[in-house]
Amino acid sequence: MTTNVLVRAENVHKSFGLNEVLKGINLEVNSGEVVCLLGASGSGKSTFLRCINHLETLSNGRIWVGDKVVGYRQDGNRLFELSDKEAARQRRSIGMVFQRFNLFPHMTVLENIIEGPVLVNKVKPTEAKRHASELLARVGLEGREQSYPRQLSGGQQQRVAIARALAMKPELILFDEPTSALDPELVGEVLDVMKDLAKSGLTMIVVTHEIGFAKEVADRVAFMHGGEIVELGPPLEVLGNPQHERTKAFLSRVF
Amino acid sequence: MKTQTAPGPTGTASADLKIVPRRHLGRWIGAAAVVLLLVWLAVSFSRAKIHWPTVQEYLTVPVLIQGIGVALLLTAVAMAIGLVLGVVTAVMRLSKNPVVSGVAWLYIWVFRGTPVYLQLLMWFNLALIFPVIGIPGLYSGRMIDILTPFVAASIGLGLNQGAYTSEVVRGGILSVDEGQTEAAQAVGMTRLQAMRRIVLPQAMRVIIPPVGNEVIGMLKTTSLASAIGVSEILSEAQHIYYVNNRIMELLIVCAVWYLGAVSILSIGQFYLERHFAKGSSSRQLPMTPMQRLTSIFGTKRKA
Ligand SMILES: Nc1ncnc2c1ncn2[C@@H]1O[C@H](COP(=O)(O)OP(=O)(O)O)[C@@H](O)[C@H]1O
Ligand SMILES: [Mg+2]
Repeated sequence: MTTNVLVRAENVHKSFGLNEVLKGINLEVNSGEVVCLLGASGSGKSTFLRCINHLETLSNGRIWVGDKVVGYRQDGNRLFELSDKEAARQRRSIGMVFQRFNLFPHMTVLENIIEGPVLVNKVKPTEAKRHASELLARVGLEGREQSYPRQLSGGQQQRVAIARALAMKPELILFDEPTSALDPELVGEVLDVMKDLAKSGLTMIVVTHEIGFAKEVADRVAFMHGGEIVELGPPLEVLGNPQHERTKAFLSRVF
Repeated sequence: MKTQTAPGPTGTASADLKIVPRRHLGRWIGAAAVVLLLVWLAVSFSRAKIHWPTVQEYLTVPVLIQGIGVALLLTAVAMAIGLVLGVVTAVMRLSKNPVVSGVAWLYIWVFRGTPVYLQLLMWFNLALIFPVIGIPGLYSGRMIDILTPFVAASIGLGLNQGAYTSEVVRGGILSVDEGQTEAAQAVGMTRLQAMRRIVLPQAMRVIIPPVGNEVIGMLKTTSLASAIGVSEILSEAQHIYYVNNRIMELLIVCAVWYLGAVSILSIGQFYLERHFAKGSSSRQLPMTPMQRLTSIFGTKRKA
């Protein structure tokens, strides 16, 4: 059986000044796999996600997405740092969904979704709009094309943000606590959309505190503590029978 | 059947409660003070024997209308230069490249740090340093032919304005959440694309009110350009009253024209602000005069 590795993080280190936030992370994510990242606040989950799409530069180590080294162009055995333009090109195939949605408030829902495809991928506006309407239907927001983000609930905004990420036809989507900023009754609608995406075979790395979601949807769960992955495995093992004392302590607090 | 007592300490039925509006004593005192002041001013002006027919006569004199036209044109050109420079240098100052941000910093330091009057004089006399300019082999010309008073004033006022606008634009850019740039980058935009499509349009809401202020300031600053021989309205008026000695009359004419021009500019600012308020809550959108009218009549009809 051949598994197709899409993301490989090797010995990833990241420091902000003297503060070492990531201390050697190793992780492989297969194509079509859903990996949930758990861990206490400040353990470096967001920083790791941001490293994967080069919003942060690594201090040490490497990340591959597909056959490309994140942030570099490989030529023989030499790595050339990417220009801003090349880095932007690399990010096209990686979607990201943020905790606070980060929709563009001066644009309608439709404009939010087609901005990337039209500006960056040079898709024809009519084609981009058609695709956007399909995506809106997929996240349960058909007909909301002309609304402004402010006119939508948090859950609706996050679903638009997911549609915006999908519009770029990414091979990987990173979710950074997508439901943490939502009122409890709105969490479900976003998780439902994400479950649907997982079923469709999209590769997803999801930072979340929703243990139920991780249990149901994740292929593997990684538990982070102090800038390291201290436990990694199928959800039933990591969540049902945690080995590391930090994982145990965290899970007992969450439940 | 039991009668229910109405809520409230005395148990009075709410129909019996009468509302006494607030009296706004301050407003009345203020209004009275303003009226007194206006009366005093009107009396002073009438005692000063201002010859109002002269004012009326000079209001439509072609040289003065041309003069306010020149002032407006100079404002437009200088502000255009100032805005472009302001946006470019603001983005430059936020660049990670130290050379780029350093150049922008130097520009702001020089042009904000010297009087605009001095800058105008230097531009006008630039021929003393560069008698001829041109692209070697392609074109060359004498500086005094190229740098006419109007051109010198446009460049001088524009470059000075750019240094101020730069800081306003930088403030606007910094007011936009960092997450907007990141979200833009996450859909594959370069930093510059994110700036142009996502950050600047949002920064405009913060930028426009102070820039509107500066446009109005610029209209008035153009009167300095008379020092290097630009025939704007104030210098033309002076030429006239040196001859006929109707000093106050001509100054009043200028004031009327400036006020008129400023009013038109303010209207422009109003609609510009509305345009860039797109997507913000409608509560913050000021009503257009038309909407205000319909809303007044709307409530009247309902009442
Ligand atoms: N841009 C930054 N500059 C300095 N420190 C940062 C920055 N981003 C994150 N950190 C620090 O890195 C640590 C990990 O943060 P983060 O990755 O956001 O954790 P998590 O997402 O797991 O809560 C925190 O201590 C935080 O203060
Ligand atoms: Mg985080």
